[in-house]
Amino acid sequence: MGSETSPKIVIVDESPIRAAILEEGLREAGFTGVAHISEMHNLLARIYALDPDVILIDLENPSRDVLEQMFQVSRAVRRPIAMFVDQSDSASIQASVDAGVSAYIVDGLKKERIKPIIDLCISRFNAFSKLQGELDRARSALEDRKVIDRAKGILMKLKGLTEDEAYVLLRSTAMREKKKIGEIAQSILTASELLK
Amino acid sequence: MTEPLRIGFIPLVDAAALIVAVDKGFCAAEGLDVTLIREVSWSNVRDKLNLGLFDAAHLLAPVAIASSLGLGHVKVPIVAPFNLGLNGNAITVSPALHADIMAELSGDPFDPMATALALARVVANRRKSGAEPLTFGMTFPFSTHNYQLRFWMAAGGVDPDEDVRLVVLPPPYMVDSLANGHVDAFCVGAPWNSIAVDLGVGHILHFVADILVRAVEKVLAVRQDWSQKNPDVLAALIRAHDRAADFIEQKQNRAEAAQILGAPERIGVDPEVIQRTLDGRLKISPDGTMRESNRYLLVGRQGATRPDPVQAAWLYAQMVRWGQTEVSPEALKVAMAVFRPDLYDAALGRQAKSEKSDEASSGIGAFAGPAFDANDIAGHLAAFKIGRQRP
Repeated sequence: MGSETSPKIVIVDESPIRAAILEEGLREAGFTGVAHISEMHNLLARIYALDPDVILIDLENPSRDVLEQMFQVSRAVRRPIAMFVDQSDSASIQASVDAGVSAYIVDGLKKERIKPIIDLCISRFNAFSKLQGELDRARSALEDRKVIDRAKGILMKLKGLTEDEAYVLLRSTAMREKKKIGEIAQSILTASELLK
Repeated sequence: MTEPLRIGFIPLVDAAALIVAVDKGFCAAEGLDVTLIREVSWSNVRDKLNLGLFDAAHLLAPVAIASSLGLGHVKVPIVAPFNLGLNGNAITVSPALHADIMAELSGDPFDPMATALALARVVANRRKSGAEPLTFGMTFPFSTHNYQLRFWMAAGGVDPDEDVRLVVLPPPYMVDSLANGHVDAFCVGAPWNSIAVDLGVGHILHFVADILVRAVEKVLAVRQDWSQKNPDVLAALIRAHDRAADFIEQKQNRAEAAQILGAPERIGVDPEVIQRTLDGRLKISPDGTMRESNRYLLVGRQGATRPDPVQAAWLYAQMVRWGQTEVSPEALKVAMAVFRPDLYDAALGRQAKSEKSDEASSGIGAFAGPAFDANDIAGHLAAFKIGRQRP
């Protein structure tokens, strides 16, 4: 897609990382006119100044309601805006709401030109949530390891065990009670707090 | 227990009946397993209800109508079998605009005609001196707040599209925007007006009850197809809500209700501020002036919970007046059919409920213009000078 025919896209997102991931994806796909707005004050004025063809906004953003104003006939609105979907497109709305993103387009822009933007947006948003999920899991794994280390310390001191023996005791208890090692370790920390 | 239900809401005091129905156990007592999901925008609530991600929602009454008519978004028929409240909004203005209006005011400051005429003079003075037009914040294009602001200022001769700017602002941003001058005034529900007053950045100019005596605000909304597939669940939901609305209206329960509503995962503000709203006793000025009204927010009293199709017709008439749609008898019929007193009566028993209201349920009670006539929308609107009716 040449730059002269590339639609102007604005990403409204307060998460700079997610916006960057999306922007990069759009540029790779040949959409060169991409801008990012992260400041929500006077949002409509900022959007009108950029005069985009497509506006992408994340669903965690309360300012989504501000964009709904662009449907209205009013002096402030230069070009009428529509939702990217029509009545027949409930699958696309579902996919984008699931991914956590919504798109607004200038009325009259052809559907086949919008579709690849929306699809890319949905896949990048999904990739971002997956990434965030992994990050959360890694963070909680790290937390678990700290808790396990402290529980091992308590067992070593109270029962005179070596580090390996303390770990084996934690693991076998977890298996017997069908719980995670982290949970067993946490209950040891809680118990030792109570018994202090 | 029934299948788990997911119900979306926006953190506002007029979600009171819904939140209390769930957190006080009235839903569980009806065998309903409800999870409340707090949302950040009306667009999200609308879309998630329309797509079936929510079974029901706390929804702006005009959005339920717009959705059923396919205005502003895809067309999904919605039904509203229970009003979550009447009135409850207020118009708050910056200290500077308050001073300007009071300087031009002749008459009672609580008389909306007197303030609207004063606003018209303020607007004219600003135009003469070359000042920027005033900016008013409201919550959504299809919102009671939008129509209430417009109705009020137009009665005084201020054209809301030509003489001032009306902008949508998410309620949590209202107070900040007033404080830093992005808007000069706003119309929003509780608790935001009180928060602006408490912070000293706003004066409550009007309770919406000054403008319209009975104005439906939020409704419990479900998809029409869902209501047809789940009549028993819906009836149980209506009963649980009715119990909650009655609970909230008992004065001795107000503190407990305010506590439930103030929880961080619900509305998340000081219960004392919430109770002011429920009691209709509001601080209206940073100097501590109080104003009391027994019509500030009606959750369950005065027959507030029973849907009234005439209210739907009035909201539809506002959409026509301000150019959001054209007048059509078919559309009017669709709009009125969104409000379902039949479902309400079936769930609760008509006899029991009709005794509760001691006022005409169909009164709109607007301070200006002729009495509303749902049978002649075009004729009714012709009586108003300012409007954007499409030919």
